Amino acid sequence: MKSLGSIRRDFAPWNDPKAKPYIQFDKVTKKFGDFTAVNNLSLTIFEREFFALLGASGCGKSTLLRMLAGFEEPSAGRILLDGQDLRGIPPYKRPVNMMFQSYALFPHMTVEKNIAFGLKQEGMPGPDIERRVAEMLKLVKLEQFAKRKPHQLSGGQRQRVALARSVAKRPKVLLLDEPLGALDKKLREETQFELMDLQQELGLTFVVVTHDQEEAMTMADRIAIMDKGEVMQVATPAEIYEAPTSRFVAHFVGNVNMFEGKVAERTASTTRITGATGAQIVVDNGGEATAGSDIVFAIRPEKIKVSSKKPADAVNALEGEVYDVAYLGDMTVYHIKLDDGQVVRASAMNASRVTEDPLTWNDRAWVSFRPDAGVVLTR
Amino acid sequence: MTHIAATASSPTQPAEAFPTTLAKGFVNRLVIIIPYLWLLFFFLVPFIIVFKISLSQTAISMPPYTPVLDFKDGVSGFFAGFRALNFDNYTWLTQDALYFNAYVTSLIIAAISTVLTLIVGYPIAYGMARAPATVRPTLLMLVILPFWTSFLIRVYAWIGILKPEGLLNQVLLATGLISQPLVILNTYTAIFIGIVYSYLPFMVLPLYSSLEKMDYSLVEAAEDLGCPPIGAFWKITFPLSLPGVVAGCLLVFIPAVGEFVIPDLLGGSQTLMIGKTLWNEFFSNRDWPVSSAVAVILLLVLTIPIMFFQQAQAKAQEQGR
Repeated sequence: MKSLGSIRRDFAPWNDPKAKPYIQFDKVTKKFGDFTAVNNLSLTIFEREFFALLGASGCGKSTLLRMLAGFEEPSAGRILLDGQDLRGIPPYKRPVNMMFQSYALFPHMTVEKNIAFGLKQEGMPGPDIERRVAEMLKLVKLEQFAKRKPHQLSGGQRQRVALARSVAKRPKVLLLDEPLGALDKKLREETQFELMDLQQELGLTFVVVTHDQEEAMTMADRIAIMDKGEVMQVATPAEIYEAPTSRFVAHFVGNVNMFEGKVAERTASTTRITGATGAQIVVDNGGEATAGSDIVFAIRPEKIKVSSKKPADAVNALEGEVYDVAYLGDMTVYHIKLDDGQVVRASAMNASRVTEDPLTWNDRAWVSFRPDAGVVLTR
Repeated sequence: MTHIAATASSPTQPAEAFPTTLAKGFVNRLVIIIPYLWLLFFFLVPFIIVFKISLSQTAISMPPYTPVLDFKDGVSGFFAGFRALNFDNYTWLTQDALYFNAYVTSLIIAAISTVLTLIVGYPIAYGMARAPATVRPTLLMLVILPFWTSFLIRVYAWIGILKPEGLLNQVLLATGLISQPLVILNTYTAIFIGIVYSYLPFMVLPLYSSLEKMDYSLVEAAEDLGCPPIGAFWKITFPLSLPGVVAGCLLVFIPAVGEFVIPDLLGGSQTLMIGKTLWNEFFSNRDWPVSSAVAVILLLVLTIPIMFFQQAQAKAQEQGR
């Protein structure tokens, strides 16, 4: 997948075989009684990376974070930080800090004291603490709230205090457990960008746990999609979206159309698929699929063009009927029921104010897409 | 125009609602009035009676004090009786060192017992609050369980345990830890044991409730920021449990000061506590006025510091906000 990773910025140590991993999960398993929260998981995170662990609740992402912080010990396997095995090192001796989902601000201390707490534990001299606290307050723009107690702050302000407190000690790694989960949508979007700026400014390694795919896509350099204690795919947001390697990942991130089918013919440059319901699809990247194998063809809605007439140059064109239309302002979503019975979701950007080819309920319509628009999934 | 018409008709609505809001206000007030009435009849009125008796003189009569305020001799007789009331009994309390010593001893014993109960109760409450949520109701039940047996019987049981040939000494002698039986019964130690045992639930319950609602992630956050577990306890857990500590200490200290049964049964005859002094004045001396004065002073000794304390706390809380 050329060039997909470089959309965000020119930072890709994971493509450099010489790059030294910073955090390494090496065949880590964590069991709580009979329940396996993390199952034989291996993962590498690089220095200064903004890494997101994305998954539904109960997928083991928080357990992974808590093991890194030292609140849980792995049942098996090793966790290395900068080459050092973390086993047996208690949380208060680890060079990582965590921002808790509940923020866990000390309610009996002022904002200032909260931020200074970790520095005092370090035995930093008083004047240095004052300077650092002032610096942190400025960083999160809470200078005038230094003397307030947490309950006198709004949700967004508390989130900033929690952030300031967790970065005050300049940890090697900052762990963020659903950092924006308690904020409303608008504030969350603003804060996402602030977190990214902060990470760049401080040059820290961030590991963030989230169940919000948009949040992970926006902020992270790379995302690990987790399910049932295992990593399904680790890749850049663009790769996760455009080149998922499994049905689970394709389904989990964004919307997707799936065509069940068989590989009818496989050559070096094209793969011809016969859909289970008869549709013929030609793609130019067959992945690992071999002729005759059962596969799934996955294609994102925005890669599908909807038109009232069959496009003359289309390699893949399927006929059907408009089943549903949803006008969302910036785009219109069509549900087209193909003649073979499958419903396809297609979305079109409303780039102009007037649609040239208006389609409405029960109209005959064609869906078409290019041979490189989707991916063939064997898993 | 329709808009104006609509507003013109609207004033009728609040007029209809008015009686219901009034009724609602009355119901709300009634709810508050009931506990106040309760306090008035069962606390304030008896207190006034006790206070009045404390201003009277002993007499060999029924009731054993004079004057008795009644209208036997008409309204003038009532006022004559009223004028006969005086503070002689209170002056008497200052003249005999016995009372002062009894008050001081009671306060010291209650204070020591409260600290001991806190030391014993805190780990119990902490353990309960950190226990798995499924076990907590059982543990709570176990704390409350002793209340199902009579307090008096439980204190009597301690005599059987603490006496020279009692259970404790037999076990200690049998295991060879001591060669002579320990003298515990009829000492202050026995009083401390009795008070700590009897009042432990009153300490554990408020401590448990303040520890249980504390977010454990605060302790994790402290550890994450480089604080070892013991430091995290003193810097986070303990300060946040202070309301529970204060409530528990008051619940133990106040009744312990006036405690009568425990010093009487476990402390022997030589212990000097205000509860026992009061009992002696009342039943042995049949001096109702002096014992009433002792009771009134005890009440003042206990309520005035608590009032100041609560006021200070309210002020501190206001400043915090």
